[in-house]
Amino acid sequence: METFAFMVANWPVILQRMGEHVSLVGAAILIAIATGVPIGIAITANRKAADAVLYAASIMITIPSIALFGLLIPILSLIGQGIGYLPALVALVLYSQLPIIRNTYTAITNVDPALREAARGMGMTTAQRLREVEIPIALPVIVSGVRNAVVLSIAIAAIATYIGAGGLGTFISRGISQTDIRQLLTGAISVSALAIAADAALLGLQRLLTSPGLRIR
Amino acid sequence: MIRLERLSKVFGTVTAVDGVDMEVPEGEVCVLLGPSGCGKTTTMKMINRLIAPSAGKIFIGGRDTAGQDDVALRRSIGYVIQQIGLFPNKTIEDNICVVPDLLGWPRRKSRERAAELLSLVNLDPALFLRRYPKELSGGQQQRVGVVRALAADPPVLLMDEPFGAIDPINREVIQDEFMKLQAALRKTVIFVSHDIDEAVKMASRIAIFRDGRLVQYDRPDDILAHPKDAFVADFVGQDRTLKRLRLVRVEEAMMADPPRVQAEDTLDTAVALMREHGHGSVVMVGPRGRARGQVRLEAADGRRGLVGENHEPLPGTVLVGDDLRTAVARMFEHDVTWLACVDADGFYKGYVTQRGITHLLGATYGKRS
Repeated sequence: METFAFMVANWPVILQRMGEHVSLVGAAILIAIATGVPIGIAITANRKAADAVLYAASIMITIPSIALFGLLIPILSLIGQGIGYLPALVALVLYSQLPIIRNTYTAITNVDPALREAARGMGMTTAQRLREVEIPIALPVIVSGVRNAVVLSIAIAAIATYIGAGGLGTFISRGISQTDIRQLLTGAISVSALAIAADAALLGLQRLLTSPGLRIR
Repeated sequence: MIRLERLSKVFGTVTAVDGVDMEVPEGEVCVLLGPSGCGKTTTMKMINRLIAPSAGKIFIGGRDTAGQDDVALRRSIGYVIQQIGLFPNKTIEDNICVVPDLLGWPRRKSRERAAELLSLVNLDPALFLRRYPKELSGGQQQRVGVVRALAADPPVLLMDEPFGAIDPINREVIQDEFMKLQAALRKTVIFVSHDIDEAVKMASRIAIFRDGRLVQYDRPDDILAHPKDAFVADFVGQDRTLKRLRLVRVEEAMMADPPRVQAEDTLDTAVALMREHGHGSVVMVGPRGRARGQVRLEAADGRRGLVGENHEPLPGTVLVGDDLRTAVARMFEHDVTWLACVDADGFYKGYVTQRGITHLLGATYGKRS
């Protein structure tokens, strides 16, 4: 009840920090899609490259986030951005690579070889084949990778508050340091709510982008 | 129309296709036939360069395909595969229009074409254009697969065991539909199959492959009548003579302009006619020549009366356009050694006998050896 009163009283601050949170995660995901999807498609051409890339991305995701932030501080300090928005963004982009690359790779390699053969035999170029056949068929699985990445990033972004990236994690860190259960709960609840809402929204997007022909069983 | 010259393909140490020379005239259906691994599919895929030849040349309409852009070449050749390969994310209409769209046809023209093609294979455009492949049965999907290959009206069609995955009953129907379509469109078709019955039914020429080599290239009847070696004879089967029955129409084995009687003739006339021709029976026709019944010598000899009062029903008739397989089947069915042949309107045209059929098949066997 106390927490609820706190939330009502601090409504504008919550909104502002949620805005920070969303813009950080949003930017990271856009960059991660722009890099991860092409990488996932590119490695379908070469089994060895695929193994290497997926292995590297898997290792990346095992590094604890707080350790990764620590690692990024000396590196990004070279350009005077050791703490704050940029290291948080870089870390989120790196963490998002695995679900996006892996899902893209799996979805494209799972496209029925007969469809690839038909597409080639009818005279589609590689780019046309990707655009007309492989990506539309792979899209539901790719978007589901993006959903994983978004949920993961929303959670990790909460920790980025420790390197001064702001966001909803600020409530949590302050709640811990001030032993203020209201702030802690406010942070935790709003991060969860954001994650659930984003996931639901992306699920809707996933359905929208899936060709009706693929939904038939 | 399509000419292969010393065509070879080597995969590592394996020679999949070994110096194949052949020519397929325009408008003919050439079936590449052989056991799996004989090089027939590799040969076909070299024609649209899905597989690049190791040596040799391919000419389509006199042009060497090696000098052409692969993508442009493939768009000018229809391609049908066994797995059908309709794109599940596209509607039937968009699937049919894939090649016209790649070629940049105006949308209206390609969509009209799609509707027209669908009705050619007995699928109602109003019902099917907007559906997705998964909503269609296997047979319906492969009909779409075939018309998709025809969409941009290519002169050449490559078909890789197109009806192999379809159940036997539907397969017959689709084969018949395709033959009807082919009779109208006169495409030059290369058709890969491992089924001799399908080959005999569809082919104007059959090319039999073994271990990458072209063993025999002939018309179906010649392949069946004169297999070049033991391998071909074995491959076409012990019952190859029976298979030939399918290739010959009743008309060709029929004795035309046969004796006949009418209802108002006397039995004496009928008996005299049978004696004259050495027949055991004679067909009674109606006033305009339709086959109505028969009079048997055994039953009529020594009796008096009119044919019209003493005739028996015909044990069975066969259409002049049917193949001999149908005729023989009907003979067995009715336990007779001859059948009256009628045209589609029931007019009596002639008769076939078991001896006549045996003789006809034997005559072709004798021709070469």
